[in-house]
This record gives sequence, structure tokens and C-alpha cells, in this order.
Amino acid sequence: MIRFDAVSKKFPDGTLAVADFSLTIPSRTTTVLVGSSGSGKTTLLRMINRMVDPTSGSISIDGDDISTLEPVKLRRRIGYVMQNSGLLPHRTVADNIATVPLLSGVKRAQARAEALTLMDTVGLDRALADRYPSQLSGGQQQRVGVARGLAIDPNILLMDEPFGAVDPLVRSELQQELVRIQKDLAKTIVFVTHDIDEAFLLGDQVVLLRTGGQIAQVGSPAEILADPADDFVNTFIGADRGRRALRIEEVSGRQVVVDGTGRLAGILNEGTHT
Amino acid sequence: MTWVLANIGQIGDLTLDHVLLSIPPILLGFLLAVPIGWLAHRYRVSRGVLLTVCGLLYTIPSLALIVAMPTVLGTRILNPANLIVTLTIYAVALMVRTATDAFDAVSGDVTQSATAVGFGAWRRFWQVQLPLAGPVLLAGLRVVSTSTVSLVTLGALVGMSGLGYFFTNGYQRNFATEILVGIIGTILIAVVFDVLLVLAGRILLPWARVDAAARRNARTARTKAVAA
Ligand SMILES: Nc1ncnc2c1ncn2[C@@H]1O[C@H](COP(=O)(O)OP(=O)(O)OP(=O)(O)O)[C@@H](O)[C@H]1O
Ligand SMILES: [Mg+2]
Repeated sequence: MIRFDAVSKKFPDGTLAVADFSLTIPSRTTTVLVGSSGSGKTTLLRMINRMVDPTSGSISIDGDDISTLEPVKLRRRIGYVMQNSGLLPHRTVADNIATVPLLSGVKRAQARAEALTLMDTVGLDRALADRYPSQLSGGQQQRVGVARGLAIDPNILLMDEPFGAVDPLVRSELQQELVRIQKDLAKTIVFVTHDIDEAFLLGDQVVLLRTGGQIAQVGSPAEILADPADDFVNTFIGADRGRRALRIEEVSGRQVVVDGTGRLAGILNEGTHT
Repeated sequence: MTWVLANIGQIGDLTLDHVLLSIPPILLGFLLAVPIGWLAHRYRVSRGVLLTVCGLLYTIPSLALIVAMPTVLGTRILNPANLIVTLTIYAVALMVRTATDAFDAVSGDVTQSATAVGFGAWRRFWQVQLPLAGPVLLAGLRVVSTSTVSLVTLGALVGMSGLGYFFTNGYQRNFATEILVGIIGTILIAVVFDVLLVLAGRILLPWARVDAAARRNARTARTKAVAA
């Protein structure tokens, strides 16, 4: 469990990125921080592994105040995946995945064997193990990033818009992959995005943020959809444009689902329960 | 040609001396410039001062520096240390700016992400920043190497060994062949050094070529996309 208790962050230049933020992130579930650019998502995420220290308030992991923990050691037991993968360009795929185990003193041969297993986990062909990151596609690089985040089997995985820079098709593939991995591994994932659809797809708990890290609403996707707290939330989730208000229409004998603007959203499969 | 054959022993000796006088300033210059460049890259305040001082060092006339060395160092006039220290100063002056640029050019995203996965400052320097600065450092080192090999010839003016002796001697005797041998020999040493450095780069920085190729491909792809 990760707890933010009245956390604020003011940068030296005077920007108040996060003001009086409190939140409990339950273990073994996915919490998504979603909000527009500059709402403080990255700052919040980086406070968890002490890349950024709060100006006031406290953060604890399983009851331990992290300000008492040594940052470098703390970071080695928390997985971190970022946009543009952040891979080391001078190391091969396998070595990149093995980065943290190697830092923590795991033997080379063992680290490499584990890296290959992780490549299977994230759906990467083992033949890519000795390539350099620049020889991979953007989607493949992100998979390597996820694999690196999963090495040494951390309890916590921080993901900062990990799928933000890939095309929609690959993004959706990667999202499904993450859902599958999470089903098996049940990590405590804190995921940052500004894409509300991604937030609803991945999040057990979704935290909608306004500027300054102000929480607009917290809840499961269903709770937020069913009962948006205010106009801001309404606009953010697209309910105001009727995008979420679906209704059934009949077209050439088949029942299709259209949204409030009359655009096709899908086909109604009657009688099948999935 | 007969002169060359008749003096092959001396040519060999002077070439060897030339090489031996060239290597220390190149190595020392590199070893000093890298940490100074890192400081200039890391700390805003030191940057202006360090880069200005190095720029000024380079403007001191080289001959003046060599001649002043025995007084500064307390060495004898014919001590090779005079030449080595002088050329090291030039090497540092040449190399510091490149080293600064090399560290500046390392992607902030990569350093950040290295920090995020648990590299401490020390390991981050050795395992991330230094290797990634490698290609630019190597480019700087090649310039320093060539310039040092050519500057060693100045030593002849103050009685030091090396191929520069053929310049002064050939000039006094008004004998073009001897001067030519000095020039060709110096160029050959510079080329051999350069080839060795490039080879070392291939071995130590195998990823750099892959990276450069990837960037080239991306660029051509973009150009094609724009053209289409
Ligand atoms: N190192 C810094 N120094 C000063 N201000 C900063 C720094 N980092 C972030 N900020 C400011 O803090 C605010 C929140 O930034 P943050 O990066 O957390 O936003 P974000 O929600 O992640 O945005 P995005 O979706 O664009 O990534 C912004 O106004 C930003 O300009
Ligand atoms: Mg961000």
C-alpha cells in the first residue's frame, strides 16, 4: 500500500506542482493517475521513488515513511517505465532488461537467463536479445521498457505514459498485454496517462486530476462513469459530448450501439455473456 | 632516396622518439580534460570560468610556453618534460570544450531513467554518461592526437628529439629531401594514431555505429516521406 499524506511540492522556481495531495493506493491493483498536461502526474509518480522529494507532507510504502529510506536502494526495488522507454542506447536488449539485477549484484549469466524469460513475458522474440534499442520499433522498445521494469520482480511498478509515443494499434496491443501481465503478476501499478480511455481500461482505481494535483474524483471506472462528481469530470470523460451515453438502434435488422452524437460505437451481441 | 637509405637508422630513432613524445601529452590531456569537461557540464558556475581559461591557454604562443617551462617547472632546458607539459596544456585546452559538449549531448531522458532505475551518481557516471559521451570524446581525441603529433616537431627548435629535427637540419643545410622526410614521417605517425583511435572506438563503442545508422535511416525515411 502506498499512502500520500497531505503532500505538496513547490519547485525552486515557485511552481506549485502538487498542493495538499492525499491518496491511498491499494496493493496488488492498478491505480491510474489521469489529468491534462501539467496537472502534476509525473511529479506525483516521481515522489514515490524519491526522484522528487515533497516540500511538505509524507509518503509511505507499507507503513514505512520513504523519506527515511535510501533513495538509490528504494529505486532498485521499484520498477519504473517511462515514455520513449528511457533505455540505455549503448546496451543490448538483454543487458537493458538486466540493468537492475546487474546493479544489485546478480551474476551476469543468471541475469541474462532471467532477461530472456522476461522477454517471453512481455511478448518479445528472444532473437532480439542482442540488438541495440535503436534497432527496435517504438512498440518493441516499450516492451523492453516494461520487461526492465519487471526485472527483480518488484512489488511496485511505476509507469509514466509508457504507451504515449506509439501508434494507436500498437498502443492497444501493449495495453492488452499489460492487462494480461497484471492478471498473472498482480503488482501494485501506478500508471500515469492523459488518455481517459486508457485509464478506464487499465485502472482498478482511477484518480482524475486537475491542475496542481487537485483530485477531481477518485473511484473505479464504473463509479466515475455512473456518477461524475462535477462538470470538470463530465467534460474529461466525454460524457458532456454524449460520447459515453450509448443507445441501441436498429440498422438493417441488426442492433447496433451508437453514442450520443449518433456515431457508431459497436454491435450488440444479444444472448452472449462474456 | 639514397639519403633516406643512408640515414634509415636515424629516421627510425627520431620516429620512435617522436612517437614517445606524442603519446604522454595525448593521454594526459584526455585524462585531465574529461573530468574538467564533466565539471563544466555539471556546474553552471564553473562552466564559464573553465571554458574561458582553456580558451585563453590555447592563445599562448607555443614556443614561448616551451621556453618558459624550465623556469616554471625547475627542469633542465633539454628535459623532455618541458615539451610534454606544454603539449599537455594544449591538449587540455583543445579537449575541454569537446568534453563539455560530449557530456551535454548525453540525453537527459536517458540519465533520468538511469537514476530512476537505481544508478547512484558514481555508477551513473562510469556506466552511462561516460560511455554515451564516448563518440564525441573520441572525435575530440582524434583532433588532439593529430595536433599533438604535429606540435612535437616544435621541440626541435629547443633541441628536443623527434622528426622536427629534419626540419631544422634540412633548413640549415638547404636540403629539401630531409625536410620532406620529416613532413611525411610526421603525417604517417598522425595517420597511424588516427587509425588506431578509430579502431579502439569500434571495439569500445560498438553501439555507436548502429545508433548512427539508425539515425541516418530515420532521416532518409523522413526525407522520402516529405518528398513523396
Ligand atoms: N523540475 C521542475 N522545475 C520546475 N517546475 C516543474 C518541474 N517539473 C515539473 N514542473 C512543473 O510542475 C507542474 C506539473 O508538472 P508534471 O510534469 O508533474 O505534469 P504532468 O501532469 O506529468 O504533465 P504531462 O502530462 O505534460 O507530462 C507543471 O506546471 C510543470 O511545469
Ligand atoms: Mg508527465
